[in-house]
Amino acid sequence: MLAKRIIPCLDVKDGQTVKGTNFLQLRQAGDPVELGKIYSQHGADELVFLDITASHEGRKTFADMVQKVAAEIDIPFTVGGGISEMADVERMLSAGADKISINSAALRRPQLIDEIVSHFGSQVCVVAIDAHQDEKGWTCYLNGGRIPTERNLFEWAKEVNDRGAGEILFTSMNHDGVKQGFACEALSRLASELTIPVIASGGAGKMEDFRDVFALGHADAALAASVFHFGQISIPELKAYLKKEGINIRL
Amino acid sequence: MKVAVVKYNAGNIFSVIHALQRMGVEPLLTDNAEELRSADRVIFPGQGEASNAMHYLRERGLDRIIPSLTNPVLGICIGQQLMCRHSEEGDVDCLGIFDAEVKRFVPLRHEDKIPHMGWNTLHPVQSEELRMKNKSNQSEDNGNSGSSLFEGLDGEFAYFVHSYYVPVCQHTAAVTEYIHPFSAAMQKDNFFATQFHPEKSGRVGQQILRNFLEL
Repeated sequence: MLAKRIIPCLDVKDGQTVKGTNFLQLRQAGDPVELGKIYSQHGADELVFLDITASHEGRKTFADMVQKVAAEIDIPFTVGGGISEMADVERMLSAGADKISINSAALRRPQLIDEIVSHFGSQVCVVAIDAHQDEKGWTCYLNGGRIPTERNLFEWAKEVNDRGAGEILFTSMNHDGVKQGFACEALSRLASELTIPVIASGGAGKMEDFRDVFALGHADAALAASVFHFGQISIPELKAYLKKEGINIRL
Repeated sequence: MKVAVVKYNAGNIFSVIHALQRMGVEPLLTDNAEELRSADRVIFPGQGEASNAMHYLRERGLDRIIPSLTNPVLGICIGQQLMCRHSEEGDVDCLGIFDAEVKRFVPLRHEDKIPHMGWNTLHPVQSEELRMKNKSNQSEDNGNSGSSLFEGLDGEFAYFVHSYYVPVCQHTAAVTEYIHPFSAAMQKDNFFATQFHPEKSGRVGQQILRNFLEL
């Protein structure tokens, strides 16, 4: 049976991980390649590396890092952050990334999804959606949650699905950083309306949150950063717990 | 040991090269017939679309060279599919090593998402051919319960990404279940193949690659 996936996300700035310097007394905790390797050994099912650098020089460092990850890590990984055109996609894939994640660029020019899919296939194209819920419903945001759009989460997700993207990475801005659990209601609605896998992001605080995101939110994968980086939840422990709770997981 | 990786227009060939390098093997990426014939092992990897890949292989004569190889060959993902007789993807005739037809997954329930992407369990089986062989050589029967590539890996997880599959057939060496059972791995004579990506399947994948190199 296809397993639910646990995905640690590493924010990378100028070639160094941003969070998690007190992780596991790891001397190289700032090195995304070393940290990724540890996660992989601990049973992470995939990794996401997010480039949060703004500078041109930082972008080049990131591409070098992607090459190192591809050479040293033997599980699939996605890269995102700053991918805005086909040339960026091509650069990341030829550096060895298995998938790329696009966010604002897809909202600005949805055709980009079609182009990626027809050139490289659905499986490489992850579309990340940051959305916030208020009394009017769920609204999609640009630029890492800074600029609201006119787009509704469910409409945009359906369009992304229909344009052929391979997966949707949905971050609830209401839940992100609060550590009170994932947006299970919205996730469950996405699962019922879409035909592609959904990766849940935002809200992981304790192991029960992961059980709920799979059992109630019907997510295909769960992504988290700080609970893993700061060692609040260890992946082997989490996976053993989920298995016991009846979630199909790779041990 | 000389390991050749078939050079063609498929994506993600470098992930196989990296996996071999991690195991201390420096493979040769080539589409040269002599290099492929003289290698100790040949790996036919890839990700991509079947009819484009076949077109490229035909242009370079690789469609005749690959089936004629007598050294151990391992096809991966689209590699396994191209080793079959025909693929629904682009309605194309393939290499015909395995007498099987590649089909597109058809979802039965809403939860059946295409592509089949992620970690799924392997269940090695003894192919009909191996069963026959073991039967006729009972004196040499070493109790082998399946292809030596997957020994001891029953129930282990491997990483899959694909929308097309090979149904279970006489050459099936391991079964995985998604929507229905399909060929996760195949074997016939010196030809081996996996639908999953051993190069992306962590420890289990590395074990399978090592088993192939140590056949």
